[in-house]
Amino acid sequence: MRQPQVLPVLLPAAERLAKAAMRERASGARALRLEPAHGVALFAAFVLGCGVAQAQSRSYDPSILATIWKWTPLLARGFAFNLAISFVAMAIGSIAGFFLGFAQISLLPAVKRGAWLTTHFFRNAPWLVLLFYCMFLLPFQVTVFGVTIPIPDWTKATLGLALPVMANVSEIVRGAIQSIPTTQWEAAASLAFNRRQTQWMIIFPQCIKRMLPPWMNLYAILTMSTVLASIVGVNEMMTLTQRALSAENRPGLLLAFYSYVLLWFFVYCYPIARWTVRLEARYAVRQ
Amino acid sequence: MPEASTRPIVVVDDVHQSFGEVEVLKGVSFTVAKGGVVCIIGPSGSGKSTLLRCINGLVPIQRGSIRVASFDVHALRTDKEKIALRKEVSMVFQQYNLFPHKTALQNVMMAPIHVLREKPDEVRARAIALLTKVGLAAKQDAYPGELSGGQQQRVAIARSLAMRPEVMLFDEVTAALDPETVKEVLNTIRGLAQEGMTCILVTHEMRFAREIADEVHFTDGGRIVESAPPAELFDHPKVDRTRAFLSQVL
Ligand SMILES: Nc1ncnc2c1ncn2[C@@H]1O[C@H](COP(=O)(O)OP(=O)(O)O)[C@@H](O)[C@H]1O
Ligand SMILES: [Mg+2]
Repeated sequence: MRQPQVLPVLLPAAERLAKAAMRERASGARALRLEPAHGVALFAAFVLGCGVAQAQSRSYDPSILATIWKWTPLLARGFAFNLAISFVAMAIGSIAGFFLGFAQISLLPAVKRGAWLTTHFFRNAPWLVLLFYCMFLLPFQVTVFGVTIPIPDWTKATLGLALPVMANVSEIVRGAIQSIPTTQWEAAASLAFNRRQTQWMIIFPQCIKRMLPPWMNLYAILTMSTVLASIVGVNEMMTLTQRALSAENRPGLLLAFYSYVLLWFFVYCYPIARWTVRLEARYAVRQ
Repeated sequence: MPEASTRPIVVVDDVHQSFGEVEVLKGVSFTVAKGGVVCIIGPSGSGKSTLLRCINGLVPIQRGSIRVASFDVHALRTDKEKIALRKEVSMVFQQYNLFPHKTALQNVMMAPIHVLREKPDEVRARAIALLTKVGLAAKQDAYPGELSGGQQQRVAIARSLAMRPEVMLFDEVTAALDPETVKEVLNTIRGLAQEGMTCILVTHEMRFAREIADEVHFTDGGRIVESAPPAELFDHPKVDRTRAFLSQVL
């Protein structure tokens, strides 16, 4: 670092890294690159886990697949809860992030600065930390006009996950807006559109295509992050898996059950990730 | 009234403009009569685009004055005032700058509907008439990406005309086109000039400038070096710098 001369051998790697970093910055989040190989590896882990568990079973234990099958309805309900959390967190985060993104390009310095700080604070804070903050800082109930409304844990967890989504969407929106050539703003101005009209009618519609791939990528990441809610005790799939494991009380089941959970997430997220890559490639060619 | 037709509609007086430290325009003055056609020629970087942007109120000036029709452009402060000006002065860009997510017809209709707040069916009829005028009636539902450069530029001209401006500014509108399509765009501009539209053109098409312009200004380094009717400026340039430039481009 202190040496002024550049090592030419390192350049290609450095360039590659810089490019990857740029891409990730532009997309607003770490790119999720799910390959078929990941699925194969997961499945292999599952089969191995089942084999190990079967080998450790006592003669009177039911077969490992039968055990998993028995718990599947409950786990599926937990998975549905994960999806529900992901939908709501994504919706809240997207709406808030949308406005925050526009605030980031506001002409008012105070708004711009505030939006920038908010975005970068929530974008760089670890998701788990935000989750804990929401769990412990939000009250378990609020009283409005004498009516007491309880705030269940899953609501707080959803809000906790919506915060980083908001920050990432904000960056996606800002990045997309700034990727539109300034000549579009100029053309709109010369046709006497005001700034708000220009943003809504001319710039933003052109951003949607560019925003879609990183937004979907973010959704896949969020879905996988919903299992964090298990740490704060929400009844989602991971929590229920732990419960199933302690009910069964067979240590050999661990690998089989957890890889089974991972397979569920993989099957759900893989198509989204593939579709994201396809859209990215298509829009890259078009533009 | 001959008096009205010779009264300048654009008066640019001693305009200075800088981007930060760099002074781009160093005292530019000229006038354009109503219905007149003025061409601005000069080497790249001499401030031609900046001058047009100043006239359109897209960039502020530091000294001097610009008057267009009834607007003191240098004194416009609020967005509302600038918008009022831009209804009178419309600009066409080198890179067309059509809105890629709208069809040709929608590109033409957008500003009259949303800025002038005119009735959509009236605007539609006018937009179709304008596209017909620039020879693109058949392409009204095409997106900019499906049109050639020349076609896009003609849509851009129709889009500007839809605002019913008093003055049209053209910034090297044929510079990005291939030679065959240059002609169709120039024909469109020629038609406008013959109908009496006031035009200020920045151009590298010297033959076209000679044919169409009432007056040609040669700019260099942020100043107008020489101004004359085209025949005089092209055939008998008085300033060495003009002569050197013309010998390079002609
Ligand atoms: N937005 C800007 N910021 C800073 N400098 C600019 C900007 N626009 C133009 N310039 C500078 O102003 C000078 C004149 O530019 P321009 O008006 O585009 O010239 P021309 O159209 O004659 O080629 C150039 O040196 C250019 O670098
Ligand atoms: Mg220019």
